[in-house]
Amino acid sequence: MNREQIDLIIVGGGPAGLAAAVAAYDSGVRDMLVLERDVNTGGILQQCIHNGFGLHRFGKELTGPEYAWEYERMAAERNIPIRCGTTVLNVSPDKVVTAVNSDGVSRIEAKAVVLAMGCRERSRGALNIPGSRPSGIFTAGTAQKYVNCMGYLPGREVVILGSGDIGLIMARRMTLEGAKVKAVCEIMPYSGGLARNIRQCLDDFDIPLKLRHTVTAVHGRERLTGVTISETDEYRRPIPGTEEYISCDTLLLSVGLIPENELSKGAGISLDPITGGAVVDEKRQTSCPGIFACGNVLHVHDLVDFVSEEAALAGKSAAEYISGGLDEGAPLDLKPDGKIRYTIPQRIASRDEDVKVYFRVDNIYKNVKIKVINGDKTIFAKKLAAAAPGEMESLTLTGAQLAECGDAKLEFVLEAG
Amino acid sequence: MKQELTCIVCPLGCALTVEIENGEVTEVSGNTCKRGADYARQECVRPMRVLTTTAMTEDGRVIPVRTDSAVPKETLFDCMAEVNRVKLHLPIKRGSVIIKHIAGTDADLIASKDIERGI
Repeated sequence: MNREQIDLIIVGGGPAGLAAAVAAYDSGVRDMLVLERDVNTGGILQQCIHNGFGLHRFGKELTGPEYAWEYERMAAERNIPIRCGTTVLNVSPDKVVTAVNSDGVSRIEAKAVVLAMGCRERSRGALNIPGSRPSGIFTAGTAQKYVNCMGYLPGREVVILGSGDIGLIMARRMTLEGAKVKAVCEIMPYSGGLARNIRQCLDDFDIPLKLRHTVTAVHGRERLTGVTISETDEYRRPIPGTEEYISCDTLLLSVGLIPENELSKGAGISLDPITGGAVVDEKRQTSCPGIFACGNVLHVHDLVDFVSEEAALAGKSAAEYISGGLDEGAPLDLKPDGKIRYTIPQRIASRDEDVKVYFRVDNIYKNVKIKVINGDKTIFAKKLAAAAPGEMESLTLTGAQLAECGDAKLEFVLEAG
Repeated sequence: MKQELTCIVCPLGCALTVEIENGEVTEVSGNTCKRGADYARQECVRPMRVLTTTAMTEDGRVIPVRTDSAVPKETLFDCMAEVNRVKLHLPIKRGSVIIKHIAGTDADLIASKDIERGI
């Protein structure tokens, strides 16, 4: 086994890992290594060939590969070492990283670790759709890789379950490549995707979006021959008598993303049951000192631009940790009320600086107020004309507001008004 | 006449209302930026879209490509037919033009990525 000592290990060479590496370099770290499982860097961006990335970060509309290239260039300019084709097997709480590639197993002792493993798609197994096991059922991201990276069209007649952005993007992509997308079914009364993707991916091609519908059976032995869809009630249960058969050879699933945290669990890092990612403080440090998390492994983001922003913060924090540690004041625990599903960070460790808090709501709301309460005092309030689960919101608490907090608990409340 | 649109310029996706009189756009509301108003005017006259797809290389791989500006929406499938006829010689540099004035539009099809010869 190879044994190495490296100041900073970054697990994952996607948008989060690369942005963390660049920021760590710019904050003074020179001895670092990015470990990437795939044969090249860029992560999921490589298969996201559509445009719309980078408006916030670069002020222009880029495709996924172009966005990735911007960070690959920045990493190359800084001579940041990247080891592709390398899978991390374990991260220990004392920051020993075990990785394997064609050269064998290495054991790397790191001073700090940034976790940037991204997320994976929820698959058929997680949905309990009854029926046989024919081929032709793919997650939308798998189909995206087939079409965009490998040049295979996985089917001709398609039904898509779930209206998340990947599903919408794939509806357009399959249509452009000559497939017929017969319907997109969404169990909720609203789409989980961006409004602009409903417009340019479905409406442009007259693809029906069936809200409050789900797939209740799949048919076919060797290959999928069709699906049964049903209307659902307010509790998301199929309504008997509303079944409709749609013949198709392909079913794409776009039913949610799950942060990929097996390594974090192995390191004994506390996870947030709502986000599926680590519990972090404002520096993106996990419960394990010196281990940081960012990007979709921490919580699923809407836009890669925000992934880069968060990863840069994690990379900078890791650099501070390596060069002498992070300040810890009296910590504050952030407690969302449920209507606000979660906050990132979940914990504020130091009250010296302004902290930007990201949050997501549990439903579609209009004209609401977000309040941040400490003890019996509202330290911050903000009005939102509209809020939806598909869109991450943020607010900034100033150092002065944080310094005033007497109680160790910060409650995040959503109210009418 | 009023028409409702969803802006596709950025991820905000503003709900736009367009007032049209005698085939002319007289007012746009609901937009948060100027680009939204421009989009609404264009969308009512002739919808334009950026095409992103893949093209085949001579060795059977695919490379991501896009139009360098928006093309009329009704030409998307003509553009696709043209892309699907090419077999690209390698290597290709990101940004290099693959098809000039694709499907007779004002846009060029360009590569979104560098791709080397061989694997």
